[in-house]
Amino acid sequence: MSGAAAAQAAHDREARRRARRSRRYRWDVRYSPYAFIAPFFLFFAAFGLFPLLYTGWASLHRVELSAPGDMQWAGLHNYVRLLDDDLFWNALRNTFTLGVLSTVPQLLMALGLAHLLHQRMRGASFFRVALLTPYATSVAAASLVFVLLFGRDYGMINWALGAAGIAPVDWQSGTWTSQLAVSSIVIWRWTGYNALIYLAAMQAIPKDLYESAALDGASAWRQFRHVTVPSLRPTLLFTVVVSTIGATQLFGEPLLFGGAAGQKGGAAHQFQTLGLYLYEQGWFNFHLGRASAVAWAMFLILLVIAAVAALVGRRLRADR
Amino acid sequence: MHGGSRTSRTVVILTAVTALGAALLAGCADDSGDDAGGKTVISVGTFGVFGYQQAGLYKEYEKLHPDVTIKESVIERNDIYYPQLLTHLAAGSGLSDIQAIEVGNINEVATTQADKFEDLSGAPGVDKKRWLDWKWAQATAPDGRTVGLGTDIGPTALCYRKDLFRKAGLPTRRDEVGKLWAGDWQKYVDTGVAYRKKAPKGTVFMDSASGLFNAVVNGYADRFYDAEGKLIYQHSPAVKTAWRLATGAAEGGLTARLKQFEKPWDQAFANGRFATVACAPWMLGYIKEKAGAAGKDKWDVAPAPRPGNWGGSFIAVPRAARHKAQAIDLAVWLTRPEQQAKVFAGQASIPSTPAAYRLPAVKDARNPYFGDAPTGTIFSAAAQGIPTLRIGPKDQQIAQAFTDVGVLQVEQQGKSPEAGWRAAVEDIQSAVDG
Repeated sequence: MSGAAAAQAAHDREARRRARRSRRYRWDVRYSPYAFIAPFFLFFAAFGLFPLLYTGWASLHRVELSAPGDMQWAGLHNYVRLLDDDLFWNALRNTFTLGVLSTVPQLLMALGLAHLLHQRMRGASFFRVALLTPYATSVAAASLVFVLLFGRDYGMINWALGAAGIAPVDWQSGTWTSQLAVSSIVIWRWTGYNALIYLAAMQAIPKDLYESAALDGASAWRQFRHVTVPSLRPTLLFTVVVSTIGATQLFGEPLLFGGAAGQKGGAAHQFQTLGLYLYEQGWFNFHLGRASAVAWAMFLILLVIAAVAALVGRRLRADR
Repeated sequence: MHGGSRTSRTVVILTAVTALGAALLAGCADDSGDDAGGKTVISVGTFGVFGYQQAGLYKEYEKLHPDVTIKESVIERNDIYYPQLLTHLAAGSGLSDIQAIEVGNINEVATTQADKFEDLSGAPGVDKKRWLDWKWAQATAPDGRTVGLGTDIGPTALCYRKDLFRKAGLPTRRDEVGKLWAGDWQKYVDTGVAYRKKAPKGTVFMDSASGLFNAVVNGYADRFYDAEGKLIYQHSPAVKTAWRLATGAAEGGLTARLKQFEKPWDQAFANGRFATVACAPWMLGYIKEKAGAAGKDKWDVAPAPRPGNWGGSFIAVPRAARHKAQAIDLAVWLTRPEQQAKVFAGQASIPSTPAAYRLPAVKDARNPYFGDAPTGTIFSAAAQGIPTLRIGPKDQQIAQAFTDVGVLQVEQQGKSPEAGWRAAVEDIQSAVDG
């Protein structure tokens, strides 16, 4: 075998090796991102998509927890029944009012707190950590403490009211008082979290905007209104959407606030949310089909909210 | 069933995912162990405290059967335990060799799940005459198969505060107190009216209208269902009487307007807010704990106007259990009168086997916290007066709609009994209609 042929062979080998390498490289570039995100989608398919679709399928059946394998086709019966069910509409109404009562003050207060924290101050990081501590508390612990605070006979709030000469309030029995109490748990837990998100967005606003506003003689309040808030729009939209989703799924706080028989959300279901109604139907009355229909109704409501949010987001971007 | 195991399994997966809490608990509840060191491990799944461990019964059984080890797994609350049991039954896995079943669920189990449990009526060593008739009947399916053996029962008495009774000018000795209302719950409410006239400041006669509702309604044979399993709650004398008395007491201001087993109820025990509460034997320990040292020598126990039953349980062996024969043997042994009497000694839960009432552990039992009241005789006398309670599949949901919606609306929200009744019926219809 001549030296040239050997060199040729070595060259070919090298070329093949390179080709193989570059092919692998191309595959790597092309496919590995999919491989990296695949675990999420696999888990989502198993624990998100499948239950979602199966719940939809179950919602078209008459099926009881005592015999979950025995499903009888019921068409849209469960949904029709929901439309005709006062308790469902009551839960929907409560979810809405509780959502407004907890989300609106929560976000406004978060905005104000973020603004305060944005100022130069001593111990800024202490206050930032302090803001986040309620978020780190479990729903159960927070709710149980609030139940004690809002107690009718031996609660601290009524004790304070009494000291101020005001008659005690039966927080749990009244519609508005109970909803205020439940909202206060949500507000307490989530205000700091949102404040930190706002604070992060505020720190990204260019300083020169404020400087030129100050040069134009804008007061602190006007700077807040005309510089800070408009710059925060995308963040505001984000927090509104996230809080709304959270409000639609409100469950743990009213359940624990209700104490014994918490799934009923009070004697007159005055603070029974859709989540609690679903829980009662599925896990106390054992009507899995109807509970599934409630779950899907909640899903559809969230889709509508998402669509509205998308529209608003597009308008905001168009305004810029 | 047509669905087959795949459908049922997927439903189980779905339900487990949806009920996050239940799923988390499921994680720690199953895996009824493999055979450790050549011994057979029998697993026992209960809700709340059954007292077998505390009374040393597992140790005793293990001594009698050296090849057996017993492992108990406990879920605190039945409303978590029972749905989980249903999903495990549907899946045919994750079950303990012995599963406890609460009286409120036993009918549903007997009528819808009987094919998933061993029939214990002919099990070796079982004699149905050992149990109170009605206890045995409750766990027996329409086709005659018995799915569970009775453990304890909950005959009710009335716990009362001697000191408050004295201040209100009422008798304080338990036999005289019992005579105040013997035979008729109306007389109990009348006593409340008398109490209110001279009530010590800051106290009322009873804890809650719902407690009264339950105590009254549970003294009747037919409450929510008739013999054919038809719903009769709208017209049954049991419900009507209980409703009238409970809402009357609420409107008359005789109650502390509390919900039982909530924190404020506990606090009211500690603060001596009410003078009476209908109590099953298992509640005496609870009262002692909540009323604490401040309530010592103040509480006592008198017979209720009419005996009723509040609570109680069964133990059953699932078909899918790993060690069926051994589990059945253990279940039979645990429910024998001698063992039930031992549980009573530790736990004060009244046996469902009358032979145990004659054993000294029950007969001579006195409760020092309750003025040395002869609780064994008071409660076993009540037990023998309980009628054959007819129970139905949705008893728990129906009772809860009355107590936690209907009665509570009248008691806490000041609504009219008519409005409360309508609200309760709406809830019941939502619960019974699939």
